[in-house]
Amino acid sequence: MKGIEALKRMLQLYDEILSVNHRTEIARELRNEDDLFLLLCLSETLGLPNPAFYYTLELYPYMLEKFHDWHLRMGMEKSPLTGIRCC
Amino acid sequence: MSAIWLAVFGTIVFILGYRYYSKFVAEKIYRLDPNFVTPAHEFNDGVDFVPTKKHVLWGHHFTSVAGAAPIVGPAIAVYWGWGPALLWVVLGTVFAAGVHDFGTLVLSVRNKGQSVGTLADKLIGKKAKLLFLFIILILVLMVNAVFAWVISNLFIKFPASVIPVFIEIPLAIWIGYAVYRKKGSMLLPSIVSLIIMYGSAVLTSKIPALQIDLVSYFGGAEATTLFGLSGVSMAFFVWIVILMVYCYFASTLPVWKLLQPRDYINSHQLVIGLGIMYLGLVFLNPDVTAPMMNPDATDKSWLPLMFITIACGAISGFHGLVSSGTSSKQLDKETDARFVGYFGAVGEGFLALISIIACVTLFANAGDFKAAYSSFAAANSGGLGNFISGGAQLATGIGIPADIAATIIAIIVVSFAATTLDSSVRLMRYIIAELGAEYKLPTLQKAHIATTVAVVTSAALVLLPKGPNGFGSGGYVLWPLFGTSNQLLAAISLMLISVWLKRLGRNYLVTLIPMLFLLVMTVWAMVQQVIFDWAGVGGTDTNLLLFILGSIILIFAVWIVLIAFKELSNKDTPHNIDSKM
Repeated sequence: MKGIEALKRMLQLYDEILSVNHRTEIARELRNEDDLFLLLCLSETLGLPNPAFYYTLELYPYMLEKFHDWHLRMGMEKSPLTGIRCC
Repeated sequence: MSAIWLAVFGTIVFILGYRYYSKFVAEKIYRLDPNFVTPAHEFNDGVDFVPTKKHVLWGHHFTSVAGAAPIVGPAIAVYWGWGPALLWVVLGTVFAAGVHDFGTLVLSVRNKGQSVGTLADKLIGKKAKLLFLFIILILVLMVNAVFAWVISNLFIKFPASVIPVFIEIPLAIWIGYAVYRKKGSMLLPSIVSLIIMYGSAVLTSKIPALQIDLVSYFGGAEATTLFGLSGVSMAFFVWIVILMVYCYFASTLPVWKLLQPRDYINSHQLVIGLGIMYLGLVFLNPDVTAPMMNPDATDKSWLPLMFITIACGAISGFHGLVSSGTSSKQLDKETDARFVGYFGAVGEGFLALISIIACVTLFANAGDFKAAYSSFAAANSGGLGNFISGGAQLATGIGIPADIAATIIAIIVVSFAATTLDSSVRLMRYIIAELGAEYKLPTLQKAHIATTVAVVTSAALVLLPKGPNGFGSGGYVLWPLFGTSNQLLAAISLMLISVWLKRLGRNYLVTLIPMLFLLVMTVWAMVQQVIFDWAGVGGTDTNLLLFILGSIILIFAVWIVLIAFKELSNKDTPHNIDSKM
């Protein structure tokens, strides 16, 4: 039994080693999709008409949490929106 | 003498180097602090900055840096005998590569996980950053050209490897999509892919009809084909064009679609390849038939040329890009840097070591070795083929038939080279775009234009040199230039670490000495080759292409020497240093 456990642990470590890079890239891809989604949600605030504004407004509490990191990733050191003063 | 002794010697020196020298560097020079908050913790974002266990990070770092280059360099350099190549690989890994990889990792960790390029700007100035960008540009251009030649050459020499290598592409795309959509583990699908690839390798090795031998399709090596090209020339040309078209698409796809899953499969291949050859070495116990010093290697002196022939495997600037680009953002504790950085270099040292062993045990006697390595040009063009045959011979020690083993080792080398080629074209695209931004050329910043420029210049470069088999077959002559640009990149990184250590008031001899050694060897080798070999001085033939490329690299080398001299003799108090240091 000990041998099987050790083999399992080895396989897990091996898989973890090889997956590190891939996990990063998948996370980056998903984050890019999220970033685009956040831009769409914020479009009204940025001056673009958004027919779903009423619904996206409900997401604001969640968006606020992510907003600071988002604008930093978009290359803006300070918040571009006067309404959201995260920094 | 048994070749096992070479492996034993290398292993003992590597262990001593890691156990004592890296400990000394970690404690007395870099002064690692277990309480330092690493960028992985400080900026943890779940994507780039993620604290990772040291064994996992080491494995990732090692598989990222180990590729085809540490195999090709030593396979050529044994031309001068196994003695100089072995010593340079072993001592270079311990005193140069280990310190360099470890140092760039620590430097980056102490500077918010920034890359070497950004740190060049921060520590020295914009000129250093531009110099850095140009050196990388030259390096990736050489990588593209040389590896396109390597793959074409192996496809022609080992036509049984073509189908398994091409099967890897749809398999990798399948894995990429499966994992991305279903979030499953890659382990099982990648092992299935590997079994399919090696299963097809067995079939292609045994059934000639499955071997994509372009030379015979074109009517044989001597046949005249379109534009008056010989069969071999045409085969080289077709393979190079196919590879470049592939690179165009592969390097513009998101990395998770093709590059990453293929990398995953390649990591299995690295483990399998190393396992097969080292186990084969133990069971076969072959004799070293090559001489320790080759007395007939008179057309080129090993000093200084060997030090640029073996770059990866002894010291490589590319490792600094990996250390500072990804590994530094994932380091859990600063003290892990020793294991990840230094031992990562040792891992590559083992790969270079088995490359030397495979080549020096292949031949029945010293006469056969000298016939195969009859000149430096012969070593350049035939070294890799010798490694594959030698590796296959080692694999017979564990019962794998030689023809199947040769196909499998050819697949491993081609897979490594293809991944390097794909990443390198991608990197070249980014650098062209960055230079476009720097010099206000917005057209160059467009992805497809930058990729086109990268692919066309690389294709032109690999097709231009003349080879013994005509058009397209001479890409190997660029190998010393690849080694030189890689060494110069390492020299810049070592210079940055030295400047950093100097400004902290620490002893910087451990990085200064390898840096000076590299600069002296590269400048010496370039002056020798540019003036005496390529400019036509002393009755030799003029080689305009190599003369121009060599001159550019020589100018960069002199530029680095000047910057290093200025920075390291500067007594001013620094102002751009992280206060936490």
